[in-house]
Amino acid sequence: MNEFGCSLLSCEGDEDREWTMDDYAGVLARWCPGCGDHAVLTAVERVLETEQLPPEQTVCVSGIGCASRFPHYLKTYGFHGIHGRALPVAMGVKLRRPELNVFVVMGDGDCCSIGAAHWIHTTRYNPDMVVLMLDNGVYGLTKNQTSPTSPRGLPSNTQPRGAFLPPMNPISATLGVSNASFVAQTGDWVPAHLYATILAAHRHRGFAFVRVLQRCPQYTTNLFDSAMRDPGLVELMVHPSGIMLPELDRIYKNQVRHDPADLHEAQRLANADGKIRLGVFYRNEELPVYEETRAVTSKSASEKVALLNKELDRHAV
Amino acid sequence: MSTSPTPAAPPSSASLAGARTAPGITRLPQHTVEVVSDSGEGAQKCAQIFARVSARMGNGVWTVEIIPAEIQPPARTPPSASGNRIRIGTKPVTNWGDHADLVMAFNEQVLLHRHRLGALAEDAIILIEDMWATHDDPDIRKEWSDAMEEMSGRAYRFVHVPMEQQCLTIIDNPRRGKNMFALGCLAWIYFRDLEKIKALIAQEFGKKAPKVYEQNVALLELGHRWAEEHLDFRIDVPAAPSERPMVVMNGNQAVAIGGIAAGMDLCAMYPITPATSASHYLSDIFERFGGIVHQAEDEIAAIGVAVGASFAGKVAFTITSGPGLALKTEFIGLAVMTEVPLVIVDVQRGGPSTGLPTKVEQGDLLAAVYGQPGDAPHVVLAPATMEECFLCMTTARRIAEALRCVVIVLSDANLATGVQPFPRPELNEAWLAHPPDFAPVAEGTRPYEWDPVSGLSRRVLPGQPGGMFTATGLSHDESSHVGYTPDVHERGCVMRSRKLAAFQQMLKPPMVNGNESGDLLVVGWGSTLGAIEEAVDRARADGLSVSSIHLRFLSPLEPGLKAILQRFKKVMTVEINYSDDPAAPYITEENRRRGQLSWLLRANTLVDVDCWTRVPGEPLRPGQIYEAMCETIKGMQG
Repeated sequence: MNEFGCSLLSCEGDEDREWTMDDYAGVLARWCPGCGDHAVLTAVERVLETEQLPPEQTVCVSGIGCASRFPHYLKTYGFHGIHGRALPVAMGVKLRRPELNVFVVMGDGDCCSIGAAHWIHTTRYNPDMVVLMLDNGVYGLTKNQTSPTSPRGLPSNTQPRGAFLPPMNPISATLGVSNASFVAQTGDWVPAHLYATILAAHRHRGFAFVRVLQRCPQYTTNLFDSAMRDPGLVELMVHPSGIMLPELDRIYKNQVRHDPADLHEAQRLANADGKIRLGVFYRNEELPVYEETRAVTSKSASEKVALLNKELDRHAV
Repeated sequence: MSTSPTPAAPPSSASLAGARTAPGITRLPQHTVEVVSDSGEGAQKCAQIFARVSARMGNGVWTVEIIPAEIQPPARTPPSASGNRIRIGTKPVTNWGDHADLVMAFNEQVLLHRHRLGALAEDAIILIEDMWATHDDPDIRKEWSDAMEEMSGRAYRFVHVPMEQQCLTIIDNPRRGKNMFALGCLAWIYFRDLEKIKALIAQEFGKKAPKVYEQNVALLELGHRWAEEHLDFRIDVPAAPSERPMVVMNGNQAVAIGGIAAGMDLCAMYPITPATSASHYLSDIFERFGGIVHQAEDEIAAIGVAVGASFAGKVAFTITSGPGLALKTEFIGLAVMTEVPLVIVDVQRGGPSTGLPTKVEQGDLLAAVYGQPGDAPHVVLAPATMEECFLCMTTARRIAEALRCVVIVLSDANLATGVQPFPRPELNEAWLAHPPDFAPVAEGTRPYEWDPVSGLSRRVLPGQPGGMFTATGLSHDESSHVGYTPDVHERGCVMRSRKLAAFQQMLKPPMVNGNESGDLLVVGWGSTLGAIEEAVDRARADGLSVSSIHLRFLSPLEPGLKAILQRFKKVMTVEINYSDDPAAPYITEENRRRGQLSWLLRANTLVDVDCWTRVPGEPLRPGQIYEAMCETIKGMQG
């Protein structure tokens, strides 16, 4: 721990321990074979290892849905809550314990439908946490219902003649919320990009919203098929303060240099048709972070009693 | 009451009236005053200061808000009435009484509202702003005379007060000053200490605006002088200052400060009447104590944040009212399932739906106890006084922590907005939650290491090496591993339920007010305590065999109830929630829908518990309860 070869902290446990990916593995993942969630889990475990985050200092919070099983498959602290409500729980954890590393995992129904209010408002609160929205454009766990991000025309059990509405654009919607501080998009079929994006999200100070594009091997099998086969349909947004992965240059020829500081350009790129864009749309570390704004000095029991007595004086008869 | 002079020495100030005969002074053990104005004219402020100064002088006090649901409803309309009822007494006052004995009304329409509600005593003294009688607008003059006509059947004694005219000698806009003039009048009538009133006005306005303070004091003194020169009566409710130091506050303030005294330091809430004023108060002071109020985006997020915070450390709380409790239902189930300790305060209002947002009801009891799908055992308790609003927060926090469970505290609008003095709490550091322990636990420590007998287990918190687990709302075993097998689900249900049984064994049976056996036992809960006991006292003074018990714990119920209930020929709950009148059309013993506590008692004791309930949107009057008791006993004899 220090130059003298001994550590005063070593008696407290794992200060010297080097964490490996295996240390972060929870119970065996039960997602379908071929599900993108496996790739995200691996990427998150790699990020935890890279950052050497102690498992006990890390909390993964989720809602309900296939993606929300995530915390069970990690050996950190976890909270698998109720549908749509991962973000308020994560807010509570962060408000109480700002020192913990908080990761939130939601699906598209979880985040963009039943939890939409929390998605918008937590973006605005801007607590320091990583938020992964695993978007496969369908409700999987409840067996094939239309989600807010289902492509128009996609048949499902609730809209068997095809989705009636155009899908919502979660990137554009998040960018539209005041105090949004980090908005990125990646895809489960580009592991290096997935990892780099989650790493960048973790290193960002503030609410780091990452939409992970993925297919559901059961119900939206072909969702990104064409993009997987033809890298020409993908456009990488690259920038030194965003994501730069030279190893992808050979495959992904379509690249646009986009400075994540430029919110207007971010909105334009989020709304432009034709290409699937991966990278960081927007990043701003200067925005107020909720738990920092609300930080208070804690008081000892005796201080509290003294202050309470003072307060009771105001009500004294 | 009578306003005829009684032989008592007039205080020296009265002699200043010179040639006038000294006013008659009536000495009474208690008196009930109402101050009513249009919304925005400040009757609330006037009444609150009157109540506080009365408490400071050593009188017993209980106040009830008279409040419209809107901020500025149309002026001079009956529903616009805004103000307070203040009942003062020589002894402690425990409820708002039956009727107002004296009213200070800023116009005849708001007075009419109170008259129509039957809020005024037959012979009430009414001090009324008289500018409306001679107003330039003929419509207003007609409204005045129509109102007077409508009220002429009663023996009210009207005293015309030229508030507007008097106030104009000091200020340009009497709408913003009449209340202090009215306060001056009341201060003279009731021998209130002007210096103490000035101190309270200073507390209210002094620091922010010395000019406002001076103007208010001038108006106060003007009212006092006017009353002295023009009124021929005074009312003396002698004070009996307590030996013990006292504090005075409303139930929402008591809940807020009680939450701090319990050692909690995070309150997540969403604005809802009548709970919000607790959060206002907390928002004002909490940060000084190292705590914060988080105003969430909705009721669901509010409890979600509280659950997340409690999961990660010290117990958090949330404050809401009925509609908010409904929205929080799913999260309550989750907190029960994950055994995250949590305190939820429900300041009940009239329901269902938006119902009566500003008015009292005890309609959330069954929703609080049974409102969650599935089996979701948790604790429900109900404070009965302002003092208990303060104390129960520590109780609730400790139960939540010890049992790893949800505790719902049922307050109501009557407690929330009413003001009552109570003995100053002697604060104790032990009431505060211990700082969480983040020491490592043995690798493989199970997060729900249920004691097989009590179901209790030790919490493991994020940050504790070795304890990593994922809390889940899915059925799970001791390791929090998801399991769908019959034995896993069965066992989890048993363990969560067992905690309540273990806890119930620690409770004491309720105290019986009156004889331990007899003809009629009245059972109440929550804010009705004072009114019920006053009614019981009256009935017992009449020779009726009536006793009462008042429950603080509604889930689990306090022990020994069946034995107590069986010692009476008849048992009846008195509650502010809906029940069918047994004499109404179609209503039979079979289909009658009963008061909520009576359902609980019937189910738990198999005693045939009757109920007498009302939903008037106002506190019950002791006189009503007394009459109901008399009727019931008459029915038993018939």
